[in-house]
Amino acid sequence: MFLQQLINGIALGSTYALIALGYTMVYGIITLINFAHGEIFMVGAFIGLLMVSVFKLNIFIAMALAMCVCMVLGVVIELIAYRRLRRSSRLSALISAIGVSIFLSSLALMVFGADAKGFPEGAFPLHQIHIGNADISTLQLTIIGIAAFLMLGLEFIVQKTKIGKAMRATSEDYAAAALMGINVNRVISFTFALGSALAAAGGVLVGLLYNAVSFNMGLMAGLKAFAAAVLGGIGSIPGAMLGGVLLGVTEIFGVAIGYSSYRDAIAFAILVLVLLFKPTGLLGQKIQKKV
Amino acid sequence: MLVVEDLFVNYKAIKALNGVSCQVQQGEIVALIGANGAGKTTILNTISGIVPAASGKISFEGKDITDIPPHEIVRMGISQVPEGRRVFSKMSVLENLEMGAFVRNDKKGIQEAMEHVFQLFPRLAERRKQLAKTLSGGEQQMLAMGRALMSNPRLLLLDEPSMGLAPMLVEKIFEIIQEINASGTTIMLVEQNAHMALSIASRAYVLETGTVVLQGNAAELAADPEVRKAYLGE
Repeated sequence: MFLQQLINGIALGSTYALIALGYTMVYGIITLINFAHGEIFMVGAFIGLLMVSVFKLNIFIAMALAMCVCMVLGVVIELIAYRRLRRSSRLSALISAIGVSIFLSSLALMVFGADAKGFPEGAFPLHQIHIGNADISTLQLTIIGIAAFLMLGLEFIVQKTKIGKAMRATSEDYAAAALMGINVNRVISFTFALGSALAAAGGVLVGLLYNAVSFNMGLMAGLKAFAAAVLGGIGSIPGAMLGGVLLGVTEIFGVAIGYSSYRDAIAFAILVLVLLFKPTGLLGQKIQKKV
Repeated sequence: MLVVEDLFVNYKAIKALNGVSCQVQQGEIVALIGANGAGKTTILNTISGIVPAASGKISFEGKDITDIPPHEIVRMGISQVPEGRRVFSKMSVLENLEMGAFVRNDKKGIQEAMEHVFQLFPRLAERRKQLAKTLSGGEQQMLAMGRALMSNPRLLLLDEPSMGLAPMLVEKIFEIIQEINASGTTIMLVEQNAHMALSIASRAYVLETGTVVLQGNAAELAADPEVRKAYLGE
């Protein structure tokens, strides 16, 4: 029973982590909570669904395409809605983000309707594996595997590649990065592209997990992933991974011990507690004010 | 090499520069001295492109660079060591130097530049794997200078390299500045430590509230009674 719930929790938590990474990376670089990020996740889920149900593509190819489309979407959102507000107060950018979020979910409502759509049968070859007395599905293992693979890839990009290092430099000191000859705008676009691709992958995986894709799925998932990012320490990439998984596991165990009606409350209770007692999160660092 | 003509810069309602003109010839060390808030740093930041000019013109090697973004300026051969060092504290010494070479793609050239930096600052070579935040103030200043040299600049802008350093280290840093200059890099130096700055510069400009009030040969300025009284503490 414990193993079963643990796997359930990690699978759910991996999807939170994938979304949380986008929040944390964007915050790290332009100190903006991108509230449209949940809607990018939702768009990713719809693209994946379309590719599978209309174009009859393999689920993994569909996921890759959803990631590509959302990369472009993320970059365009930054260009249109945030770039001009870079030097204004963070509140203006935040309001702009909420505007984009409402726009995207309303657009999805118009295009796809209000009902949740499921993936066609057989989109994912579902099997159950018995380990001890736990029933684990191939889908859960796939979710965990894909999430781990993407996070390792992200870690490689951020630690080892030139653009990844430029991201770290820019998130630490914007002006100093520009003085190195780093095109800060390009780095910011790249950050949005990466975060959006991860959210799209998360969207397709969550769509499969619940077999439901709907115009408003981004709202709750986005808020919970935001809570996960804060739990891990906003701005910290390993923090977002840890925060996501912890939140998923906590939520599933909360449900397992009988608090299923408080399921969504758990994430936000954690958010409030973290903000009250450890605002820097588990792995976040104290922000030093630059003189 | 660098010509600044009638430069005006505003920060919102505050006038930071009121028509500054100055120039730097190839091979020189030119010092900008003056009190806090005189506009010295603003001049460097406007040259580097991180602060926009309200009016006036900056040209480098004959090209107008007034409205060129900072990352292009570095490509053109101007690099800056900012005030307060501003090293990337969560990155290693090596990574900081790599960032300094961001505009370059010639692996061999980057390697050579790094060896040159390690020659100038052997301490950095010893600490190449350490995070920049674990370095002492003097080492961070060395790292900031080494980082700026990685792009192989023809003009190096130095903003307050002596700030917060012990007198012995200040002398060491100024020796290295002369060494960098001797190997062919032109230098524009902003300093509050006017005494040190005038001792290594060929020419200097004295700034007061956003305008140049005095200029000329560094040795002559160092002998000028007005300058001695106001900036050399005599």
